Order: sequence, then C-alpha cells, then structure tokens
Amino acid sequence: MTAVAETPAARAAELRRRGRFNPGDTALHGVTLTAAAAAVALLGLIAWKVVDQARPAIHRFGLHFLVANDWDPGARQVFGAAAFLFGTAVTSLGALLIAGPLSIAIALFLTELAPRWLRGPIGALVEMLAAVPSVVVGLWGILVMGPFVANHLEPWLKHTFGFLPLFRGDPSIFGLLPAILVLTIMITPIVSSVSRELFLGVPRELKEGALALGTTRWEMIRGVVLPYARSGIAAALILGLGRAVGEAIAVTQVIGGNVAIHWSLFQPGDTLASRIASQYQGATTKLQVGSIAYLATILLVFSLVANIAAQAIVRKVARRQPVIR
Amino acid sequence: MSALSANTDGLGRRRAVNRLMETIATLAAFAAVGVLAIMVVSVARRGGAAIDWSLFTKTPHPFSFTNEPSGLANAFVGTLVIVGFATAMAVPVGVLSAIYLNEFARPRVAFLIALALDVLNGVPAIVVGIFVFALIVLDHGQSALAGSFALAILMIPLIARATQEVLALVPQATREASLGLGVSRWRTTLGVVLPQTIGGILTGTTLAVARVAGETAPLLFTSSIVGDRLQWNPHQALASVPLKIFEYSESPDPKDHAQAWAAALVLIGFVLVASLIARALAAHSRRRMGLHR
Repeated sequence: MTAVAETPAARAAELRRRGRFNPGDTALHGVTLTAAAAAVALLGLIAWKVVDQARPAIHRFGLHFLVANDWDPGARQVFGAAAFLFGTAVTSLGALLIAGPLSIAIALFLTELAPRWLRGPIGALVEMLAAVPSVVVGLWGILVMGPFVANHLEPWLKHTFGFLPLFRGDPSIFGLLPAILVLTIMITPIVSSVSRELFLGVPRELKEGALALGTTRWEMIRGVVLPYARSGIAAALILGLGRAVGEAIAVTQVIGGNVAIHWSLFQPGDTLASRIASQYQGATTKLQVGSIAYLATILLVFSLVANIAAQAIVRKVARRQPVIR
Repeated sequence: MSALSANTDGLGRRRAVNRLMETIATLAAFAAVGVLAIMVVSVARRGGAAIDWSLFTKTPHPFSFTNEPSGLANAFVGTLVIVGFATAMAVPVGVLSAIYLNEFARPRVAFLIALALDVLNGVPAIVVGIFVFALIVLDHGQSALAGSFALAILMIPLIARATQEVLALVPQATREASLGLGVSRWRTTLGVVLPQTIGGILTGTTLAVARVAGETAPLLFTSSIVGDRLQWNPHQALASVPLKIFEYSESPDPKDHAQAWAAALVLIGFVLVASLIARALAAHSRRRMGLHR
C-alpha cells in the first residue's frame, strides 16, 4: 500500500520487522515469562515471609534459640530448638543409616541381579511405596507397627543390646525408634529409585570388561558400578535426608512429642517438623508463632542447602560423558 | 600364569562373598516389597471391614456413644474442593513456566529456573503451610482457598518439570517445519508443539494430584479449624480426608480408628489408581511421540 513496500528489499525488511514484533509472539513470551518468574519468585517469597514471621523470636532469642532446650508456651514464654534439632538429627540420620544400604541393595537387585521379568513389577511396587501418603504411613505406624515395636522389637533390642544407652528405657509405642522406622519406610523408595537410575547409567562396556577379567558379579559391582555411581549416590542420600528432615505428619503421629534430649531411642521426642505440626491448634502469642516460624526457618535453610547441594552433584554427574573416566 | 593362579586361589571364598552379597541385596528388595504388602494389606483389611456407604454420605457425630452410622462426607467434599482449586491454580502456572523454560529461555536462565523449581520441590510441606499461614491466614483467617494455595505450591514444580520433560522430547524438526511454513512462533508453540505434549502434561498433573490429595502438613495451618457440617464454600475452612485421618489416628476411640482406616483405604486406593493411570498415560504418550519422530 505504501510506496516503501514496493521494492523487494523494503518488503523483506518490513517482513523481518513484522516477524520480530509479532504481537502473538510477544504476548506468549510475556505470559510464560510471568508464570516462570512467579514460580521462581514464590521461592523468594516463602523465604522472606517465613523469616519475617519468625522475627519476634529471632529478635528475642537470637542464635541462642538453637542451643536452648526449652519450650514453654505458658507464662514464661521461653522457646528453644535444641531438643528438636537433636530429635531431627537422631531420627533422620538413623533412618538414613538403615535406608541407605537398603536402598542401594534394592537398586542393585533391580539392575543387576533380578531376572528381567521381575525388574519391572518390583520396581513399580517400590515406587508405589513412595506414593503412600505420609498420614497413612503414620496411621499404620501408630496402630500396627507401634504395638509390634513396643511388644517385640524393643524388648528384643533391650535384651540383646541393652548395654548400649540407645536401647535402655521402657519399650513404648511412641518414641524415636518408631519415628526412625517410619522415616526409613518413607525415604527408601526415593533413594532406591534414584540409585537405580544411576546404576542403569553405568556403561555396559565397563561392566562387561570387569566380568571378562574374571571378576565375580559382586566384585564387578564393587569395582565398577559403585565407584561409577558414587557421587550420584551421595546426591540421592542427601535428597533422602532432606525428605526425612522435612517430614512432619508421620513423625508427629509416632514420635510422642516431648521436649527432651536423651539417648534412649525408646523414649518420646520431637523433630523440628513434628513440633511445628503439633502446634497448629495452640499457638496464641506472637512470640510462640514467631518461634514456630523460627523452627520453619531452620527447616527451610536446611532444605535449601541440601537440595542445592544434591542438584549440583546431579548436574555435574549428568554433564559427565558416559565414557571411561 | 601367576595372575591366573592368584585368581583361582581364593575362588571359593570369592564365590561365597558374591553369593552372600547377592542374597543380601535380594532380601533387601523383598523386604521393601514385603513392607509395602504388609502396609497395604493392613489398610485393606481394616479399612475394608469399616467401609460402607455412610462413610461418603454421612457426617461425623459429635458424640461417639450414639450408634447411628457416621461418616466423613464433609472431609471428602473438602478434599475435592481444596484439591480442585489447587489444580486450577497450579496447572496454568506450571505449564506456562515449562513453556518458557523450554521454548524461550536462554540456557543460563533456563538452568536457574530449573534449579529454582527443583529447590521449590524440596521445600518441606510443613514450611509451605507456615508460609501460607503467615501470608494469608494471619490476616484473613483459614479457608479452603488458603489450603489450595499451599497445595498448589507443591504441585507447580511437579507439573512444570513433567511438562518440560515432554516438551524437550518434541523433535526440533517439528518446530522448524512449522516455522519454515511461515507460521509464527506463538502459533507453532501452542498449535504444533503443545498438542503433542498433552499426554505428558496429563501424566504430570495426575501424579501431582495424587501426591497432594494425601498431603496433611500444608492444611494444618490453613484449613484445619472446621466443624462437622457438610460445606462447599471455599472461603471457609473445609475438612479434608488426610487431616481427618491424622486427627482420628490420635484418638483413643476405636470407632474413630475404624473410620480412619476406611478413609485411608479410599485415599490409598485413589493414589494408587492415579499413579497407575499416570503410568499408562506416560507409556501411551511415549509411544505416540515415538511414532511422530
């Protein structure tokens, strides 16, 4: 229509310009960018809001909160996280100690040992264990596992290993040991499915090379598969640990709720997450709400560090070429 | 020769170690499957004994010594409403961020967004609950919508990552063919690329719904102070199935336990069926994408 558009060069320029400034493209770019930015901003907003909520408690107790073993929402209004940090450490590390080797064994079974027709179904079953809601695991933990632990497992542990301070005290349905067991059930599927992926990624030539040298299957696993997947396993364990530390509901159901630091696994305790969960009906003062948010802040910081570390390892592993190192 | 003899020297012992380790790994796998079986069987047995229609049609009785049938209709309705709104909030944000991540973002930006989504996925559910409590509940009180928002935060990274993974599977040639025909970028993305990923998006959404339908922690601080009446209004706090199981599991009343088992059976059934559907969908869409290539 205009004279400018008559010459071919100008037409091309016009088309390029229209191509570049296509309103539909700009709109889709803008909308999707907004969504992505919102998802990322959510992370920042969570951090800011939780810390902001914790401010009265941070202001009042400072870092002393981390070592103070006290939780008195009564007239004294003194709060501290030491007992919950201790409970979190004991239950999470205990669960990791059991779930780690167990998961690696499961993953090895699924990738190296099981007959092919069995791998799919068992892998699917293990992943289904991950899909069971934590509240159902907790319900089962209280009503089925709890009595078994109190009547059989703990008396046996006490009888056999009673010389260790870990296994002293009266057997009980609620306590650190049931929490460890429940967490083990919850993180084993995660660690084992990540480990399985790692083992599947070990180059066939390496494994066959080892077997050709006359190693047994276990020597091949120990010499090739495990070293190859080592850093990935570390990432899987960190992810499992992060999950165990953050799990609130199932732990609250079985741990018993107690502000105390003790070495007996039979006695009740509390983790950071379970203390937060158990306070949902009772937080009244600003300082108590602040202290709950302070606990949430600790959890948040830990989960950020753990996840970024695990992702860093995972991405480093993913970048590595699947050839001989 | 010496190497060979060294090899055969400890062969018996090495074989024994091998046998031992293989046995341990096999036992570990069967132990995991055994625990799942024990758990599912106890839920199925106890839940199956307690389940009946009144679970879905009646509401809880305030006093447990009456013999009238009671149920958890209000909790099922509440979970339906809360998870429904959460899905409505999370799907657009998740899918659109995945489109940005895969179609528009520069590698460096894409890396950061993917990392942020993974980290968001790792934030404990109870912390998300505290966040929504601080953001909404303190000023506006508890509501089903606040609960939905908390659940949506858990769903977004799951949906976004699932969508992004299938977007990455769409062959670059498909996009180039469309762009080469003179189709604009946005129509290529929405009309050519996205339709191929519907299966993947549905899989991701189904898994996300299955995951959050059983979430209790984010609802503790956002939609927990509820009565026993049947309510649909999302501006009020609504009861939910996982929270009822949580409450009843700590109750001393065996009748409450029975109801908790029945509700757990329904929940587990829903989650397992949803996972199976997601698996089937994923297999189906993989096959389709394979044909397209």
